[in-house]
Parts: sequence; C-alpha cells; structure tokens
Amino acid sequence: MELRFKLTDYRTAVHNNWCPGCGDFGILSALQQALYELQLDPSNVLLFSGIGCSGKTPHYVNAYGFHTLHGRALPYAIGAKLARPDLEVIALVGDGDGLGIGAGHFVNAGRRNIDFTVIIFDNEVYGLTKGQASPTLKLGMQTKSLPKPNISQAVNPILLAYACGYTFIARGYAYDTNHLKELIKQAILHKGSAVIDVIQPCPTYNDIHTKDWFAGKGNIDPKTGKEIPRIYKLESTGYNCVITNEMSEEEISRKVAEMIVKANEWGDRIPIGVFYRDLRYDTYEDRLEKRIPNYKVYPPGKQLIANKEGYPITDISKILEKLSI
Amino acid sequence: MNNIRGYSWLIGGAQGTGIERGASIFTSALALWGYRVFGKREYYSNIMGEHSYYYVRFDEKPVRSHIERYHILAAYDVETVFRHNLEGLEGSAIIFNQLHRNTKLSTIHTIEERLAHDISARLKKPINDITLQDILDEAESLGIKIFPIDYNEILSKVSAKTKEPMVVLTRTNNVIAVSASLALMGYSLESLQDAIAYVFEKRKKVVELNMLVAEATYEQVKSKGYDNSFNIKLRKLNKNGKFLLVNGNQTVALGKLVAGCRFQTYYPITPASDESFFLEDNEIIDLQPTLDEYPLIQESKILDNSGSIVVFQTEDEIAAITAATGAALTGVRSSTSTSGPGLSLMVEGLGWAGINEVPVVIVHYQRGGPSTGLPTRTEQGDLRFVIHAGHGEFPRIVLASGDIEEAFYDTIRAFNYAERYQLPVILLLDKYIANSVVTLDGLDTKRIKIDRGFVMTEKELLRSKEIGEQYKRFKFTETGISPRVFAGTKYAVYWATGDEHDELGHITEDPVIRQKMMEKRMGKLSLIEKEIPIEERASYFKVDKPNLTIVSWGSTKGTIIDLMEVLDNEGYKIEFLQVRMVHPLPASFINSVLANKNWLVIENNYSAQLAGLIAEKTGLFPRYQIVKYNGRQISLDELYIAVKRVLEGKAPERQVLEGGA
Repeated sequence: MELRFKLTDYRTAVHNNWCPGCGDFGILSALQQALYELQLDPSNVLLFSGIGCSGKTPHYVNAYGFHTLHGRALPYAIGAKLARPDLEVIALVGDGDGLGIGAGHFVNAGRRNIDFTVIIFDNEVYGLTKGQASPTLKLGMQTKSLPKPNISQAVNPILLAYACGYTFIARGYAYDTNHLKELIKQAILHKGSAVIDVIQPCPTYNDIHTKDWFAGKGNIDPKTGKEIPRIYKLESTGYNCVITNEMSEEEISRKVAEMIVKANEWGDRIPIGVFYRDLRYDTYEDRLEKRIPNYKVYPPGKQLIANKEGYPITDISKILEKLSI
Repeated sequence: MNNIRGYSWLIGGAQGTGIERGASIFTSALALWGYRVFGKREYYSNIMGEHSYYYVRFDEKPVRSHIERYHILAAYDVETVFRHNLEGLEGSAIIFNQLHRNTKLSTIHTIEERLAHDISARLKKPINDITLQDILDEAESLGIKIFPIDYNEILSKVSAKTKEPMVVLTRTNNVIAVSASLALMGYSLESLQDAIAYVFEKRKKVVELNMLVAEATYEQVKSKGYDNSFNIKLRKLNKNGKFLLVNGNQTVALGKLVAGCRFQTYYPITPASDESFFLEDNEIIDLQPTLDEYPLIQESKILDNSGSIVVFQTEDEIAAITAATGAALTGVRSSTSTSGPGLSLMVEGLGWAGINEVPVVIVHYQRGGPSTGLPTRTEQGDLRFVIHAGHGEFPRIVLASGDIEEAFYDTIRAFNYAERYQLPVILLLDKYIANSVVTLDGLDTKRIKIDRGFVMTEKELLRSKEIGEQYKRFKFTETGISPRVFAGTKYAVYWATGDEHDELGHITEDPVIRQKMMEKRMGKLSLIEKEIPIEERASYFKVDKPNLTIVSWGSTKGTIIDLMEVLDNEGYKIEFLQVRMVHPLPASFINSVLANKNWLVIENNYSAQLAGLIAEKTGLFPRYQIVKYNGRQISLDELYIAVKRVLEGKAPERQVLEGGA
C-alpha cells in the first residue's frame, strides 16, 4: 500500500540545539513515528508546547507548531481544540512546565475530558535554566547542580492525572521509542484527555536517574550477579486497567487500587505502559454537541460570519425583541 | 437642579432582596409609556444583606447619565433612608415602611461607623438615641415629603387572597416600593401590570402574585390620598415602536455575536461575567445567509441556518486569554472579558499574542483598583495599565467606548482592527457601562462591515505550494502585515513562538532579523494612524467660540453631553473632545483641537491619566482637571457644579468630586 505521507514529511530542517544524548530526541522521534504511522496530515495536526527544552519540540516537527508560554500549553491547546474539534491537538509539556507553573491547567484539563493528548517530558529537572529541582524530583535527591538536596517531595504524575480525571494515563520511556510511539498512537486514538508521562534522562543535569541507572546500573540480581533493568512493561505482566460502564463499583475499586500500587512503584522496578483507561465518560466535545447540535460539523473555527458583500450574517433580531419594550 | 431635565428615582434595600428586579420593573414601566431612562446600579461585594441601590433618571427626551439626587426615594428597608435622606430635591418624596419609624441607627449593622458618626454629628445627637424618625424629620425640614406605607397591610391583603404565607410575600417588598412610586406619579395600574409580566416573563405564578401586590399598593396609596399630594405626574407618550432596554454587558455581547465572535473565554469576575453568561444563554446563533452563496455551509449540513458560540469557563484568567488566543490561531474570532485583577493575570498572554500577531479581543471592564480594590464600584484607573501592560514592546489597539450604545459598535470594530492589523485589541469599558441600563431606539447590525484582513485560503496555499513557495506566517511585507493562515488549513503549516522568530516562526536571536521583526510589528502603529479615520478614533463635539473645551474618555461621555445641554440653556458654549482610541492616541488631531486653548480634563481616576498621556504625546497640559476616585461615577449634578465653578473662574486647577453613597 502506498502511504500518503512519508516519515520525512513530519521533519523540519530546523537546527536542533538539544544536548547530545538528550531524552527529548527519543520523544521527538516517537512522536514523528506515531504521526507517520497514523498517516495524519501535518496540516491537521496542532502541536502546543510550553517553555523549556521540551518547548522547542514543535519547531522540529512539520505540523502547525505553537511554542507558547511557560506552563500554558494546555489552555492554548484546548482553545484551539474547542474551536476546531476535527483537528488533532497534542500538548508537549515539561515536568516543571506542566506540573509546576502549569499545574492548575493540568488539573483542570483533566476535569473536562477534552479529546486531546498531553505528553510530559519528565526528567526531574529544569534543564534550560541549568538544573534546578522540578516537581517530579524525589525528596532528598541532589542532582548535579543543586547546592542542597531536594527539600520537597515529588508529585506523582500518574496519580495526579487520575485524581484530575484524565481518561487515558500512561508512562513511557524516552529511550524505548518503539514502545513510546505505540503509547502516543493509543493516546491520540483515545477519545478524551490522554496523558503520557515520559521518563527521560537529562544527561547534562540529572546525574542520578541516568540512562545507565534506568538500564539497571547497581541493580544486581543476587542469583546471577547481572544488572536487572529497572524499567519493565506493564503489559508484560498481564496488567490491564480499563474501566467501563458495565463494571460494578467493587470491580472498579479493585482495578483502581491495582493501578495505585503500580503507580507508586519506583526504584528497582519502574513500570511503563498504559496505567489506566476510563471509557465511562463522554468527551467535552460530545457534551457541547448535546447543547449545540451542529457543533462538530460546524464548529467555531469553520463558521462563516459575513456575506459576500462583507455584511454580518448574524441575526440577533430575536434577542433584541426579548430586550425590547 | 431645576435646570437638569427629567426626574430621578432611587430605590434601595438590602442586597439580594430584589433591588435590581424592582428597578427593572420601574424602568420597563417607564419605557412602556415612552419615557427614556438611564439607570445606575450600586452594590456591595456581597451576596446578601449589604446596602444596594439603584438610581433611575427618566425624561421624555433621551437621558445619558444619572444624578445623585432624587425626586422619589423608594425604600423598603431602614438603611436606605438613613443613607439617602438628604439627597432629595425640592418637592421630592420619601416612600418608606411605616413600621420602621422607631428603628434605631445603632441596630443597623451594615452602616459603617464613619457614616454613623457623621449622622450623629449632623443631628447633634448621640448615635444610640437616633431613630429613623430623626432622619425623616431632617428630610422634612428640607421640604421633602414623607409618604409612610403600611407594607404589612398590603402583604396581609395579598396573603388573604392567595394563602401565601407572609414570610414568602415579604419578597415582594420591592414591588410595593415600585408600585407606590408609580401610583404617586399617576401611572396606570394596568401598564404596571404589563411591565411586571414583561420582567417576570413566563413565570406565571410570580407574575400573578406581584400583580396583586401592585394592586393592593395602588389601593393603599389612593385611600391615603397620596396620589393627590405629589406634583410629578407621568403621561403616556407617543412612541414609535419599542425601546431596547439594555446594559453594557449586553450590548458588548450583542456586538460580539454580530461581529462573528464564536469563541469566548472567561473566569468569573465582577463586573464582566454577566457578558459571558449572556453569550452562553444565546450560544446558538441565528444566521441569515443565502445558502447557495455558501457551499461550505451546505457541505457541513448546518442545521436550521444556525451557528454557535462556544463560551468556555476557564480555571483562571491566564487560561482565559491563552485559550482565547489558541482558538484565534484557528481563525475563529475569539475574545475574553475581564476586569482589573483578571487583566493583571492575563498580561503574559497579551505579550504572546503581541509577538505572534494574533488577533484576539479583550474586553476590560474597569473597577476600583489596585488589587481587589472596589470589586463592585466603578473607576477609570486602568488606562495607563492597558496601554503598557506586558514586558517589551508590541503594538496593540485600545478603544474606550463612551456609552452603552457605542460599546456595541466598538465591539464590532475591535474584531475588525484585531484581524486587519493582526494584534490584540483591548476594549476598555468600566462598571458604569457594564451595569447601567439605558433605552435605545435599536442597534444597527449592518452599520459596520466585517473586515477579516489579509488571509490566505486553502486554494491560494495550494497554488503557492505548486510553485514551490513555502508559506511564511511572519513574512516581511511592505505594510508589515503578513498573510494569515488559519491553523488547520490544508497545504500549509507554520510555527509561532514567544521567542523572537524568523519569517517561518522559528526561534532566532539574530540581531538583524530581530530588528526587522520589531520594525515590522511596531510599524503597524503608523499604519493604523494612516488607515483608521479620525471619526473612529475621537469624537469632537465642536462649537463656535467655546467658553470651554472639555476633554475626556470612556464612560463620562453621557454625563458630559448632558451637561453641555444644561449649560447651553444657560448661555455657555461648551465643546467636548472624546478620545475613543486611547492607543495609539490620535495625538496630532488632539493637538489640532487643543493647541492654544484652555481645556478641562474630566476623569474618574486619581491622576488624570488621559491628561498625562496627552501631555506626553503633544506637550499640552490642561488648565483644569476634575477627577473622582471614590468608586462612584461622576454624576451630572456634581459635574454641573464643578464645571460651573470653572466657567465662573472660581475653580482651583484640580477639583476632586466626592458624591455618592
């Protein structure tokens, strides 16, 4: 079968200035692969990013790309999605960007279940400002440039996303691009708000959770004496957490409890994969459509507002009549 | 105030007890008889219990402002009389609940200590000894007539008829106050009942109940002979068609609908939220296109010729402006509405829209600042803020409408400017415009054409793609305006960034491109100077050989125009320059009007911000300034006194007005 778009159709010629070995490269590549495999028309894809190293990503992807303000990628993305629900909208946020300065937006986006995807570039540090602690850095960790160990606890993106109401919650690893690509595809295809927390080493500033560490450095199997990779795939364990309307309360509680256990796993065993899918809720766009029957076929971004002569075509006479006496 | 046309009515009571509804019935009744009204609402940042009041000025000819004096005070609580007893004009009336006569000042906890002390000093009596009777006596000594109403008797009568308990019926106290006022002025009960039906719309039971209350009130007023002892009488006027009875939140919302705004974001804030509520209430929009003209509409199977506006309540104001901007990137006309604290939060979003040349419209209703300030009171304190808000330099347009009607047309223009010049436009209004009501003859929805500016369509993009031309969102052009593509349009992609960028929208720190980009963006201000006619930027109410030239902006317009008429009758020739585009300021025009003149600036703020701006841009300074910053709008009566002082050469350079309860 001949494909309409080639992988190179999703690339730009822009000079990439991420550090060598940065996990961002893996995420970028997985994203481009996912768009390619889904054969999405670049002009139907809107990427929104915030500030930081992750914020530069849209410049490297051939799609409509908006490098917005620190922490604000989500509301920009949501505005665009609600104006054009037919477009594919993806927000690319950093851990500090999305869960620190943008935490309020992250929380409230989850409440709405708008059909879009959030990808968190999670390396536990503020890279571009030279390695300060981000909201996902664990308590007591002292990465390279910190003058003192981290004095705050870390937020758990998976559990936070669950608490906010995201209906697709996954974790990927930047150096497993194939697996990450599949997660991104699933997230895009999911109807509702999807979030992927992508663990990525920052080779420049995070000297603790490095590529080697994730690969198992220091995690010795007492039997074999070999290093055991810390990262493992949820699906390889038979884990599958999908919540549907048909389930009983007990069944849902059991599934959620299982998810919470997995989400808290860290250290010698770090799960990646899909943690949670909830199929019980309509999207925000579905709810709008119930109020505005032609919302999806004639959304705000497609509406004509003037006739050929340039005069407004809006007819407010019924409203005026109501206000007249 | 015999020289000020028309009459003034004041209703007051505790917040949450129907002040607005009462005023609504009153204004509707007057409009029904062909009277022009202007109503001003005052309320606390409070849900229930604090003092709320509403002035309605009305006349046979249009009225554009309020006076802080009344011909009738319609009170149904005690506090209202305590606060307003001395505002009565000659021959005016106070309607009150006779049960309240002996209520003590000290029992009214919502009266501030400052006011209680002032009353005590005025009456030369200790606070604990003062009752409402003292206040009534004080009013009577000034020639104000007292009309005690037995509220209880009215409610008992209605209760007997309807079997509704008295507790429930006290909710209609506002209607008693309104009915007594209208009965006093010889207004017909039937018309009042029509007005009640209009205001309560389809709520049949409420309509019936209130009609009975009106009827019983009329009976009491008649039986006491009150209607024969009050001089002001209304008559049914000849009127062609209906009047539109609207406030500024509504005319802005209507302007947005007509302009084609189809995406509105907001975070709740007084006095802006009502506009968004109104839009949400009217989210499905009637259209009048000819279908064959619009293949696109047929294609998308639009139902019943309707469009829609999505009104999106965000988690904060940062999300409000950024979501509105995100939507605007897809080509929809998009807007957000807010007030002082909200705009403070939005500033970073303004900058992003600025550097990325995104057309987004922000309606900013000023209220008393700084910080939370006076959440429910008016002020014009944000002029400097809105023209400078944001770090760095980027072009924007700031329009300041003078009244409720102008706000409708300016709203449409705001979207045209935003798209034509590809920049954020701020429509600067205030609480006075947002919350006041006025009778209008109508709104002309075809007066202003839609101008979407320089947009490249799918077809054009395909053509340029075929010749191998890459689309450049920030292309350098002669005018500085680049072709805009709605994100999501086929055959193109583009980038945008809050960083400085090249023509494609990619980050650059190249000094040469940076300089060119700055000049491209900032150059739009000169283009605006060149293209937008002066009639859209300033209104000059010119007279020959003026005694005085008044300069102002925003919501003082109606008061100043009403004042010009009053002074004209006294033989003074006053002219008025209303600055409507406060940024970029039409400086050369202002200079041509004001050079070599003694002029007076009038502003509802402390530092006379427009005067400062004019001085900065023209080197001209006002001879006089009249300012007010107690959170209450400059009223016609106080402005009359202050300007008269100027005309008589008795005024200091700066007068600070203090009126308002």
